[in-house]
Amino acid sequence: MDSDSVFASVVRAPEDPILGVTVAYNKDTSPNKLNLGVGAYRTEEGKPLVLKVVQKAEQYLVNDQSQIKEYLPIVGLADFNKLSAKLIFGADSPAIQQNRVTTVQCLSGTGSLRVGAEFLARHYHQLTIYIPSPTWGNHPKIFNLAGLSVKTYRYYDPSTRGLNFQGLLEDLGAAPSGAIVLLHACAHNPTGVDPTLEQWEQIRQLMRSKRLLPFFDSAYQGFASGNLDADAQPVRTFVADGGECLAAQSYAKNMGLYGERVGALSIVCKTQDVASRVESQLKLVIRPMYSNPPIHGASIVATILKDSNMYNEWTVELKAMADRIISMRQQLYDALSAKGTPGDWSHIIKQIGMFTFTGLNSEQVAFMTKEYHIYMTSDGRISMAGLSSKTVPHLTDAIHAAVTRFG
Amino acid sequence: MWRYMMRRCSSSTSARKLGLWWDRVGPATKDPITGVTESFLADSSPNKINLGVGAYRDDEGRPVVLRCVREAEARIAGSEFLESVSAAVSSKFVEESVKLVYGNDSDVVKEGRVAGVQALSGTGACRLFAEFQRHFHPDSRIYLPDPTWSNHRNIWKDAQVPERTFHYYDPDSKGLNFSALIDDVKNAPDGSFFLLHPCAHNPTGVDPTEEQWREISYQFKVKNHFPFFDMAYQGFASGNLDKDARAIRIFLKDDHLVGCAQSFAKNMGLYGHRVGCLSILCADSNQVGSIRSQLQRIARAMYSSPPVHGVLLVSTILSDPYLKSLWIEEVKTMANRIRRMRTTLQDSLERLDPPLNWEHITNQVGMFCFSGLTPDQVDRLAREFHIYMTRDGRISMAGVTTGNVSYLANAIHETTRYDQEDKILCNV
Repeated sequence: MDSDSVFASVVRAPEDPILGVTVAYNKDTSPNKLNLGVGAYRTEEGKPLVLKVVQKAEQYLVNDQSQIKEYLPIVGLADFNKLSAKLIFGADSPAIQQNRVTTVQCLSGTGSLRVGAEFLARHYHQLTIYIPSPTWGNHPKIFNLAGLSVKTYRYYDPSTRGLNFQGLLEDLGAAPSGAIVLLHACAHNPTGVDPTLEQWEQIRQLMRSKRLLPFFDSAYQGFASGNLDADAQPVRTFVADGGECLAAQSYAKNMGLYGERVGALSIVCKTQDVASRVESQLKLVIRPMYSNPPIHGASIVATILKDSNMYNEWTVELKAMADRIISMRQQLYDALSAKGTPGDWSHIIKQIGMFTFTGLNSEQVAFMTKEYHIYMTSDGRISMAGLSSKTVPHLTDAIHAAVTRFG
Repeated sequence: MWRYMMRRCSSSTSARKLGLWWDRVGPATKDPITGVTESFLADSSPNKINLGVGAYRDDEGRPVVLRCVREAEARIAGSEFLESVSAAVSSKFVEESVKLVYGNDSDVVKEGRVAGVQALSGTGACRLFAEFQRHFHPDSRIYLPDPTWSNHRNIWKDAQVPERTFHYYDPDSKGLNFSALIDDVKNAPDGSFFLLHPCAHNPTGVDPTEEQWREISYQFKVKNHFPFFDMAYQGFASGNLDKDARAIRIFLKDDHLVGCAQSFAKNMGLYGHRVGCLSILCADSNQVGSIRSQLQRIARAMYSSPPVHGVLLVSTILSDPYLKSLWIEEVKTMANRIRRMRTTLQDSLERLDPPLNWEHITNQVGMFCFSGLTPDQVDRLAREFHIYMTRDGRISMAGVTTGNVSYLANAIHETTRYDQEDKILCNV
């Protein structure tokens, strides 16, 4: 009875570095432990947050007996798609009004990126994508598996803890014509470093002159500044120049719908006819992947976006989340300054969005985890959303100790 | 790493000049199954019937949300944990799911030898497996039954696993071509990967008998083939969940280490929620963690994690004895209605004194009937009678109701009688 498995040689895959942090955190029994790993929003009490407007929308759906659970079309919920495009590109976007945009519902940001990348790998002529250095850990894996070749462009400057703008322009300038360029629409992950509007304008001009194809990853619209329109500005200026681009949207963070996997991929095309053909090809990517997208999360989002009262409620709750994060930044900065921790910590308040790239090295990070039970990714990225007024002092002490010990 | 061969078009320079990246993108062919629903929706006739997609309808032709699902919805609404399901819920989901296919008391479950992960319904489970297969057996192929669900071919193709087919359906008998099937099993290279429909074969509705399954399992053992089951209709074939899993349990008895894609789309009516489970049996429990981690890695680069809502619903239903027994009852009701429609349709046709034999309508099993209608006849049914089905003549019996069965029988009769008469005339 020797049934040897044909998969006997399968070795265990390495833990995802980001999710692995939470795994380690969960195992820790210290009462002082602090999880600054995954970029999921937490309240001042350290709890996950279900937005009131989301609960309202969900309750409305549950009570609506006419709600059925049939398959969505391959491209997803139509209302959701239209509203998502309006959210990122602006309701008055000429591209939308001219029907030049195809939007398909996908599984959050990851799913949108993967579907877009698969489409490009089949239909685009330049199969290289440039991603910023550093970027979200899952980006290179998504693009590689989709069939694209991945290169990087300089982005983060460790010495200033800000943008290496010169390096960015040089690297994009040296890219082959037509190459795809991944751009974080706002609140860069993991660094929190965003170009200024002037810098974005220069990037746009360079990219258009070199025929580089922009692929926006918009995972934090509304989270950066607290204002949905302001956070979408870079994307909108690209679309306003009449050129083409791709945009992946996620509702994981800004609607707190993480687990429901709600997102959208939009491709802005030159003409309506092209957009229609592109959409038909996107369907061929999606059908053999999962046939059609999940209904629940998209229904919630559509319910909120199409009702002006609910939409307003959402913007208020979103701003509150963004404001709390901004306040955490200020509190941490103030605490480190007050303690006299060596080094310039102004990047904490200059960086934007969910994450701060502290500048701590892996040795310091390991120390903080071991001695202070503080969990973060080894690149020194902390999720500001995981902090509260109560835990800022603990983190300050830990950073101070780490920097003075291993400075 | 693969590439689609790019046509290095000389017109690409001018295309770039005009910023016209996508001019060469041609319109894709419509999906043969979902395309049917699109045509149906565009039709304004009051008599129209959709016999395309395999989604259950009640006798008024309406989609159904099961009572057990509504109850579960009410229970989980507003639940705090929308970020991800807890590890506990996730393992419970997998445990309860695999018990459905492998049996409540199966050794593999008791011994912890099932590597299972949540997947995006049946499609997602098949795709995860296909990618896993390619990664760890890059030179392998997939043997698909002829015919099979059209999307199976797309799934393995996109995962870059070449396909082969094995004989399955016999158009003459409108039943199983068993001897040819066994020949193909024997002639395939040792250790080949086969996709099997454990019950309610899609699109034909033709299932092997228990005896035939035993023979297939035996031959698989001799050849050391890998059996991958696509279980999309458990409960829909006979109305009984255990009975419908018989084929898989026969294989288990023979110590096969099978793989299985499960879908809750049809039997729980959770179509749009995309809930399914992929399981792979291991020789020992140590392997389970490795295989799960590799599957999750593939999923991570595709969609990170599956949606929470559906898994919460399934887990709630399967873990609660009351809800589970309610569900079992509701599955039986759905299966029974379909069987009644088969009988009614066949009776209605036979009353019209047709030239053709319609016994296969009640011989075949599950959601679909492989009618034997030709593409031309299918087109005519759509054009003249506003009745929609896939061009291979597959009828979704779920779309048949007491209200439309006579109209359907007449339409089919009209469409087929003259062709038959033409055939007879030609033979004179």
